[in-house]
Amino acid sequence: MEIARSFGLMVPELILGGSALILLLVVAYGGRSVTRAVFIGSATAIGAALIFTVSTVTDNVTGAGAEAFGTQFSADSFAGYAKVLIYLAAMACLAIAPAFLKRFDALRGEYAVLVLLAVMGMGLMVSATDLIALYMGLELNSLAAYVLASFLRDDQRSAEAGLKYFILGALASGILLYGMSLIYGFTGTTSFDGIAAAISGEISTGALFGVIFMLVGLAFKISAVPFHMWTPDVYEGAPTPVTTFFATAPKVAAIALLSRVALDAFGDQVFAWRQVVIFAALASIVVGALGAIGQNNLKRLLAYSSINNAGFILIGLAAATVQGLSAMLVYLAIYVVMSLGSFVAVLMLRNGQGEQLETFDDIAGLSSTRPLMAWCLLILMFSLAGIPPLFGFWGKFVVFQAAVQADMVLLAAIGIAASVIGAFYYIKFIKVMFFDEPVDRATGKATPASWAILIGSAILVSPLAFLLARWLGNQADTAAASLFLG
Amino acid sequence: MDGFPILSVMLLVPLLAGLACFFLASSEARIVALLATLINLGLGIVLWINYEIGGPQWQFTERGDVFAGFQYALGIDGIALMLIVLSVFLMPICILASWEAIQKRVGEYMAAFLLMEVLMIGVFAAQDLFLFYIFFEAGLIPMYLIIGIWGGTDRIYASFKFFLYTLFGSVLMLIAMFWMANEAGTSDIPTLMQYDFPAGAQTWLWLAFFASFAVKMPMFPFHTWLPAAHVQAPTAGSVILAGVLLKLGGYGFIRFSLPMFPEASAQFMWLVFILSCIAVVYASLVALVQEDMKKLIAYSSVAHMAIVTAGLFAFNIQGLEGAMIMMLSHGLVSGALFLCVGIIYDRLHTRDISRYGGLAINMPKYAIFFLLFTMASIGLPGTSGFVAEFLSLAGIYEISSDVTLILTTGIILGAGYMLYLYRRVVFGAQVNEDAAAMRDMNAREWFMLAPVAAAVLWMGVYPESFLAPMRSDIAALEARVARAAPQGDAALAAGTPREHEANYISGEHASGGAH
Repeated sequence: MEIARSFGLMVPELILGGSALILLLVVAYGGRSVTRAVFIGSATAIGAALIFTVSTVTDNVTGAGAEAFGTQFSADSFAGYAKVLIYLAAMACLAIAPAFLKRFDALRGEYAVLVLLAVMGMGLMVSATDLIALYMGLELNSLAAYVLASFLRDDQRSAEAGLKYFILGALASGILLYGMSLIYGFTGTTSFDGIAAAISGEISTGALFGVIFMLVGLAFKISAVPFHMWTPDVYEGAPTPVTTFFATAPKVAAIALLSRVALDAFGDQVFAWRQVVIFAALASIVVGALGAIGQNNLKRLLAYSSINNAGFILIGLAAATVQGLSAMLVYLAIYVVMSLGSFVAVLMLRNGQGEQLETFDDIAGLSSTRPLMAWCLLILMFSLAGIPPLFGFWGKFVVFQAAVQADMVLLAAIGIAASVIGAFYYIKFIKVMFFDEPVDRATGKATPASWAILIGSAILVSPLAFLLARWLGNQADTAAASLFLG
Repeated sequence: MDGFPILSVMLLVPLLAGLACFFLASSEARIVALLATLINLGLGIVLWINYEIGGPQWQFTERGDVFAGFQYALGIDGIALMLIVLSVFLMPICILASWEAIQKRVGEYMAAFLLMEVLMIGVFAAQDLFLFYIFFEAGLIPMYLIIGIWGGTDRIYASFKFFLYTLFGSVLMLIAMFWMANEAGTSDIPTLMQYDFPAGAQTWLWLAFFASFAVKMPMFPFHTWLPAAHVQAPTAGSVILAGVLLKLGGYGFIRFSLPMFPEASAQFMWLVFILSCIAVVYASLVALVQEDMKKLIAYSSVAHMAIVTAGLFAFNIQGLEGAMIMMLSHGLVSGALFLCVGIIYDRLHTRDISRYGGLAINMPKYAIFFLLFTMASIGLPGTSGFVAEFLSLAGIYEISSDVTLILTTGIILGAGYMLYLYRRVVFGAQVNEDAAAMRDMNAREWFMLAPVAAAVLWMGVYPESFLAPMRSDIAALEARVARAAPQGDAALAAGTPREHEANYISGEHASGGAH
């Protein structure tokens, strides 16, 4: 019965994995004629997984009842919250991809299958309560992501992005594995609960090294400074729909995973990792802000923006309280919406010949020629900059409030002061669109799906979203509580 | 009026009109914007009439529990009432000032102005710390766009400077607000105004709030964004900037810094006084050498706002009342001066003082209005400026006669630069042909300046109308800060009155009784 119960808890992953295998066969035999069906099938599979996950968020599932296969896997509310975000982001990324790939004659069903596998890997990551399960999920996600990054095989930049991502990702995985092996060596167990029990009290130097190495490996995955160097290159080189995907779903998964490792496995050793997290947070905020200033390429700029945002999210982690975790989850949800919207907007920038436009020069005066797109981007950029009354402000609000409540006033003050540097390039974005002379390069022709995502995300970060703040906060509280109580 | 959510309606009217303006053609957008601001002006007058002087401290309160983390709580006292009335009074004038000057993207322009109005009313009406912050900070967005899209040639530098300066000032305040809400367990402003924070923490909190309000005010040496923003902004943008946005700093001091951190305010009193003294003298001297009319008025704003800050930190009723009247008066006068500049700028498209001259000959009506506002700026008795300067300086005198001495030189210098400006622009010979050919004010411009002129005279002759609603609030504030009030050097002491009047002749009284 135990095995049946365990399988019952991981229905979403089973759906995703099963569909991925079946669709892979369909692609192999059907060739290009079934591509459309494969995309729809993948989206449906993710949708089905979403339906099975939603209930775990709202019902506050936690503790032993959510654990499957011993202590390998936990389908608690925390995992549920992260999965809902991952699934929604993945579906959006699937919706925008076909039109783009078609223009490069690269529309293949494998794309959708790879996304499915990556999503399944992320599901495992956020649910993992054991080092082995963690690593399996992480690698399943990463391997699919490497292929996705180089999906445009004829494009040199895409191939380069894939290679870079692979080499640095493999290095990060190696460091992570080394940290895990140290932890295993010093605690004798791979389960998070076991680790927490084994190193209660004073932490040994060896185990401390293990913790640091694991943090380093995970910092690579969330592109926190000083392990962020791959981000601008990969984000720029990868096909834009893939970049959109990278900036959203895997980020959620990696941050959720990091939180679980830090607060669950090493929850009693906050002092051991807090300084590292604080450093990474502040460094990410500053480097993410300064690095973006000189960029002319919009994708690189948004890559730095995602580094910057990772820093703000880590401030919530540094607080190491339920409020901090809940604030991180709220921030993540808002971040996903803002990233989706802004990358989709970049994706929609094409000239009359159908070539992608990616630089500031191309969007000069966009507000005169394509007002709707420009106003949506304005909302997204002010939101990313955290200017009230846009909803991006709320993300920063809860994170910094949590930091202050955890008595980390100085961290909050430095972090928020550094956020002003970041505001510079967001308002530069707006300056180019609104104040400069129009060049009229972008045609504004895009698929209805892209428009829907752009406008939808602009509405979701508009002041109206403050009406959702309480609901979102409740979900995040439930999810955060499940990790702390479980 | 009971139960009618008048403050929410005042927020809603410009909000809806602003959204509508996005989708309207130029001519319709102008009319919609004017109507909406006039409706709000009407509502503002209703608000003033229905405000019960001597009634409860917080009136027209509304509370809606719709957000997480903070409340939708509105309510005003006399201080907020007067500032709201000032805002809604200036708005229709701004729309009129932009009627012909703005020709590109009119719908978006009007939308930005109407949203600005929403945010300004919101700032003054907010009763929740974080709601205040949202309104306070959100004003950056429309102002950034107004300067950047419709501004002058150097608008991009000015807009960036404005945005980043004010943003940097505000964010530290947010952290302080988190700490306060955490410490006091509420973000309700009236409650926090009575809450006694530990003196050690007050110092830091005061500094965090000071960072924000000093930039907004702007105080020396945080004022450098102001001339840039003023010069580049379109006329109406300058009016709003000078008329209302600068008042946010003063309002912040009077609403937050003084009542919430009285000990720290006393501790930093000399910092404020010294900065104010430097600002008055320095800004006045800089104003004296300006060639650009808008820049000159911008520097005069810095000087006038320094009197406000000094008055606020005088810890007595005269100082506070004077500072409030100064804010209202400066809102009207500097707004009107920017309008005066705008009127001739629209004709000649230059702000260079030397390009004008002898306007009294071809624009006599304009010259009279300009003269009135110049005099009000100097503080001539009979105008609002006199009441403001007299009250504030009288208040400051009780604390420090030295500071008063330095601040008073500002009035002399103020007379210097304003009269010098007036002489060069309006008097003298008509050296420039194009300036001599300018026509006098039209009906629209009359409608802009006449109401402001009336208000300036009203405030100068009968300031009681404006002081009465604020009196009890200022008295309450004075009582609140009294425990920290520093000892002044004036040491005013009431003497014992003589038994008889001075010209009393002894004996006369007795003999008179014999008649």
